[in-house]
Amino acid sequence: MSESLTFHYDVDGEDFTSAGQASVQVKKNLRRLGISPDIIRQVSIAMYEGEINMVIHAGGGKADVIVTEDKIEIILADKGPGIADVSLAMQEGYSTAPDSVRSLGFGAGMGLPNMKRYTDEMTIESVVGQGTTIKMTVKLA
Amino acid sequence: MKIRTIKELLNAEVICGDDLLDNDVYSACGSDMMSDVLAYVKDQAVLLTGLVNSQVIRTAEMMDMVCIVFVRSKHPTDEMVELAKESSMAVLTTDMRLYEACGKLYVNGLVGNGRKL
Repeated sequence: MSESLTFHYDVDGEDFTSAGQASVQVKKNLRRLGISPDIIRQVSIAMYEGEINMVIHAGGGKADVIVTEDKIEIILADKGPGIADVSLAMQEGYSTAPDSVRSLGFGAGMGLPNMKRYTDEMTIESVVGQGTTIKMTVKLA
Repeated sequence: MKIRTIKELLNAEVICGDDLLDNDVYSACGSDMMSDVLAYVKDQAVLLTGLVNSQVIRTAEMMDMVCIVFVRSKHPTDEMVELAKESSMAVLTTDMRLYEACGKLYVNGLVGNGRKL
């Protein structure tokens, strides 16, 4: 693969039920490309966590997955409230999700740490009141 | 352990995936928090849970799981069953509680996280 391949998704922020659809689609697409199952799992879990976060906290957003010869990049961008303290948000167990989200099985404060754990690189750019962009990279081979 | 054995041990009803009952699974986990499943589960093939929403199926799909057991007589919605079918997952429901169902499978040899009995 000498050129990059980009998959773009709009993540609907209105409906928790449909959250994760983009991640399922990414998983299928990567499988078709013959990417190894371990890499596919890393990418899809990281993206799924990000997608859930966008629905819970930011009213949705946009997701791009860029596949090149040596890496897969996941870029999640939203226009939500932003993250006031990124290092605090990265701590396992810290969550600002409401109880209503916890009753749905999420909001344990594991999302961002999990995204970092499953990827080789992760950067968070966030401006309070404007939104958040998270870039994650999983290296191939 | 075959999924069929899980069905028998838990006296469970098969909601979908009748054709998958002879598939072997080697480990399981039990949780109502999908965040924890995504964080701590490694290669478990079976998820036992009392949580009922579409994200249970999607979480299991992300973790490459092949069987979901709903405890406390919980029944998945039609939409969830469709998602499970699309992902070739067996879905079972039992009236046992989570602790009891996990214990029953564990003592019969279905371990968690790769640890042996």
